[in-house]
Amino acid sequence: MTNLWLYFSSPKTFYPLAGKLIPVFSLLAIILIAIGLYMGFAVAPTDYKQGDSYRIIYIHVAAAWMSMFIYVVMAGWAAVGMIWNTKLSDMMAGSLAPTGAMFAFVALWTGALWGKPTWGTYWVWDARLTSELILLFLYVGFIALRSAIDDPRRAARASAVLAVVGVINVPIIYFSVRWWNTLHQGASVSPEMAPKMAATMLWAMFVMAMAFWMYTIAVVLARVRSEILERESSTEWVREILARQR
Amino acid sequence: MGEVSLITALRTVVAREITLAMRRRTDVFTTLFFFIIAVTLFPLGVGPDIEVLRTIAPGVIWVAALLASMLALSRLFSSDFQDGTLEQLLLAPHPLSLLVLGKVFAHWLLTGVPLVVLSPLLGMQLGLDAQAIGLLMGTLLLGTPILSLIGAVGAALTLGVRGGGVLISLLVLPLYVPVLIFGAGAVDAQAKAVEFGAWLYLLGAFLVMTIVFAPFAAAAALRISVE
Repeated sequence: MTNLWLYFSSPKTFYPLAGKLIPVFSLLAIILIAIGLYMGFAVAPTDYKQGDSYRIIYIHVAAAWMSMFIYVVMAGWAAVGMIWNTKLSDMMAGSLAPTGAMFAFVALWTGALWGKPTWGTYWVWDARLTSELILLFLYVGFIALRSAIDDPRRAARASAVLAVVGVINVPIIYFSVRWWNTLHQGASVSPEMAPKMAATMLWAMFVMAMAFWMYTIAVVLARVRSEILERESSTEWVREILARQR
Repeated sequence: MGEVSLITALRTVVAREITLAMRRRTDVFTTLFFFIIAVTLFPLGVGPDIEVLRTIAPGVIWVAALLASMLALSRLFSSDFQDGTLEQLLLAPHPLSLLVLGKVFAHWLLTGVPLVVLSPLLGMQLGLDAQAIGLLMGTLLLGTPILSLIGAVGAALTLGVRGGGVLISLLVLPLYVPVLIFGAGAVDAQAKAVEFGAWLYLLGAFLVMTIVFAPFAAAAALRISVE
């Protein structure tokens, strides 16, 4: 197992493996999204209070989960890259960031669209909304630092430090924002007060989260592949691949 | 060459920073005046109603302190980086993280402490009473070292990077959020006659945590930037 892990930690062997895995995960993502959307939009019952507008949570909640998971996974890869100095982990961390930022943005956007009919406003300074926004800022900082440094190795290592510092801070930020919120305003609307959800709703949400995972893996692998080509462009095997495609 | 003890090395680092700053006093004053001007802009923008100003005062002063200490960060390592001092620090036989802590401490003395000293004046302008001003000073005293410590990581990461000045704000400001919340929260709680001790404890805990971790992160970032 360890040997297999080490074997594929080299860009040269990982590149073809990623090429084979991308269609698998893409297909899984498409199937799961289809199932999840069908369950969420056709099977799940209409909410007696919110009507059909609540159905955006099948995208919203899954996107919010993903934006948080991806930051942790990204910091994990960054830490692996710092400790073992492996090129591929740096590339993984860097490739996860745009997808994580995208999901954070989607979560905020869909949240605003849901908030308007439900709470009567696009934005409230709720603890979750605010910490999601700060998470988006953390992603933007990571991406900005990475793209501001021209040397890819230095960019990878510097952004790795930032990701690890960020991940230590994420829980502190989350709780500080929660306490700030309880101080400044009474618990006006809180997802914790949400009524018990029907089992189909939960399942649809779970399927959507799995679908987003599959999508993330497929997209990240594709991004890593192009980064491998870019960074290893001076090696013999990359030249061969490029020559074959010409 | 005789061994230089860690204490001597630390003292030298701090003394050098202070000497340099005393020869370029304007740098210290620029930060300070930025702080004053930024706070002054709020009454001009919001209106002179003292009741409104009193409610927003802790937040305004804290945000201005955040921005002022962030603007001072670019000076933390850049001149040492340019004249080669930083490489000497990296080569020194002492742990880099402790030397960084020394530099950050000096930086805090030069940028954080003046903010604390000046804050009563601004607090009075915004209509805070004596108790609130005392508490505000206390939170700034606990909080500004955190800003310098977290900021050191950002300054080290953006060393010699193009657009470093703007970039550092993107990296550092989201990480400053807890300090702002705890600091302004304490003063706010006191104004509402709610228990404010918890905010101070949290601020203190965060300070202890950053003293322990931030120098390591900043040292790692410096090694990456200088290599």
